Amino acid sequence: MTDAYNGQNQKEVHPMKKLIALVLSLMLFLPVVALGEGVAGEIVIGIYEPASGINGAGGKQETLGIYYANAVAPTVKLSDGIYTVKLVEVDNQSSNDKAVSAATQLVSAGASIVLGSYGSGVSIAAAPTFDAAGVVAIGVSCTNPQVTAGNPLYYRICYLDPFQGTVLANFAIDEFSAKKAYTLAQLGNDYDVGLAHYFTEAFKARGGEVTGETFPLGTSDFTAYLTKAVNEGAQVIFAPTSTEFAAQIITQAAANGIKLPILAGDTWDSPVILEAAKGTDLAVSVSTFFDEGDTSSLAAEFVTGFKAWLNQNPEKLANNGGTDIVAAVSALGYDAYMVALEALKLADSGERDDIADIMADVTFDGVTGKIVFGENGDAVRNQAFIIKSDNELGAWQFVKVQSVAE
Amino acid sequence: MTEFISANLPYLLAGISVGGQYALIAIGYTMVYGILRLINFAHGDIFTVAAYCMVYMNATMPLYISLPLTIVFTVVLGLAVERVAYKPLRDAPRMSIMISAIGVSYLLQNLMWYVTGGLAQQYPTIPWISSTISIYTATTKMVTLVTPVLTLVLVVLLVQLIKHTKIGMAMRAVSRDFETSRLMGIKINRVISVTFAIGSFLAAVGSMLYFSNYTAVTPTAGAMPGLKAFVAAVFGGIGSIPGAVIGAFIIGIAENIIKALGWTAFSDAFTFALLIVILIFKPTGLFGEAIHEKV
Repeated sequence: MTDAYNGQNQKEVHPMKKLIALVLSLMLFLPVVALGEGVAGEIVIGIYEPASGINGAGGKQETLGIYYANAVAPTVKLSDGIYTVKLVEVDNQSSNDKAVSAATQLVSAGASIVLGSYGSGVSIAAAPTFDAAGVVAIGVSCTNPQVTAGNPLYYRICYLDPFQGTVLANFAIDEFSAKKAYTLAQLGNDYDVGLAHYFTEAFKARGGEVTGETFPLGTSDFTAYLTKAVNEGAQVIFAPTSTEFAAQIITQAAANGIKLPILAGDTWDSPVILEAAKGTDLAVSVSTFFDEGDTSSLAAEFVTGFKAWLNQNPEKLANNGGTDIVAAVSALGYDAYMVALEALKLADSGERDDIADIMADVTFDGVTGKIVFGENGDAVRNQAFIIKSDNELGAWQFVKVQSVAE
Repeated sequence: MTEFISANLPYLLAGISVGGQYALIAIGYTMVYGILRLINFAHGDIFTVAAYCMVYMNATMPLYISLPLTIVFTVVLGLAVERVAYKPLRDAPRMSIMISAIGVSYLLQNLMWYVTGGLAQQYPTIPWISSTISIYTATTKMVTLVTPVLTLVLVVLLVQLIKHTKIGMAMRAVSRDFETSRLMGIKINRVISVTFAIGSFLAAVGSMLYFSNYTAVTPTAGAMPGLKAFVAAVFGGIGSIPGAVIGAFIIGIAENIIKALGWTAFSDAFTFALLIVILIFKPTGLFGEAIHEKV
């Protein structure tokens, strides 16, 4: 009975109400109309990064670099006008099984091009999704070869693990005269296991001996592993893990009186490591993409600008780990965004297919060096920066630029 | 010989220490099971919440306030979970209350994820127990030595409480026969609340010891120790307090021996394989039948 009454009532909506509803719904289109003046439209760039999980800290720093770049260059000029760049961010939670749904989210958000991710595993997992949608993805700091190999639309602006592993093996031998090394990697983590493998190969190629172990996700007790390294007579520990485990490894090495030098890859270039190593007598050296103390005008300008931008906003500063130390991944994030803008300009379009056609020809002078895409869509890189922790100041100290040919 | 000792002492120390921490969590599982016949899956997450409490409170308060407050908050949380998620299901089938426990576990995990942003936080340094000491040839943190001692002291106190106080007697009665003790006028809700309070208190203490050693706190940091403590409780005979403690020490030490032998990747697998073996060959666990005081 009531239903019938309601039904009747709906039919008798006052014409005035109809008019108001019409006007209100038309007002929803106002922002679009407003955009039409002066700006030709909007191009979406997707940010595919972890904001939580084991790589959350690093992912946030990389994302900060991208947002800073967007603050520097918020628009892109194509032949038919100026387009605003809209950043759409998804959190892949550092987890391979969340990767595909996060990637799909970006594809349906209409991303013309995608940047990310920190962490090779999630990039590998998402590559088929981007490929199927025809979206070009630019890997920012994912160093595993599998990211771009076999994925024609996945490009990358950083160096690769075979290169990084060799650099670090050379460094271990040259700097610490190590004959025996111990590697520690997370079981099933593409980045960890891959880098440990390339390090082992390079180290053995120069006549060294390597033993290695893997630990499962969720491990918090590294005492046993570290003891093992000592018992086996290793002279250097190579632990290319994510920062969450890194902090544990460092604090437990210090607590257990282990004095071996610890080496790691680009992930360890993070304030988390400095905080953990501060006040200990551990020698922690890592290879990275960018040196904060670089005095070339491009890099210096970026460092000053980025620091000022961070310090303006406490939330950004917190996302950077509570300090204004510039992480290499932030610099790479900045470069990745700029490369994406170059691609848009070169394609003169925001269409996915147009970008895919020209992507291989994009070049850019970035703050981390010149970026030219070579084989498999990987940037041609031939040197890495080695930095070590200064445990009194809690800061990184530049050691040397290391390349493979030595 | 000395070489053998100096090579293996660190494994043993780590094993004893982590065993004590598992024991403190395992008691919470085993007591609740003894009274309610419920596996409280949220227990591991209460352990993690205690750690986050400490992290956040310690940022604004001195240690002598944040430490007791953390314990109080954890106990209140344990009681609240019981009130909200288990009490309304008191007369429902046991399966429903178990599912409710799993739900609470995920709820707590996701709340922590939401509130903290999911990044690892460094656990604050508690003076003295975080300091470094040398034992023979090994160097370790004070907490490694404190844990087994503190665990044993707490267990002895708990056993006294159960044997010699009125509430302890009530707990024993309830664990024997829920319905009859209810008919005899035992205030069942009070007994259950006390059980949850004790379990949460021990989880809070355990979390302080555990995270002083392994300093990264994440929303899922408690899941693994929680599961292993559960295995320890089953191994020792679920419902038995001494069983849970001994089971926890055995698991902690065995895990580290396995790592010492070089099968590091299998150390977790071992724990869960042990659970399966125990359930097949001796479902009542080590002490499940011998001891009748199932509290």
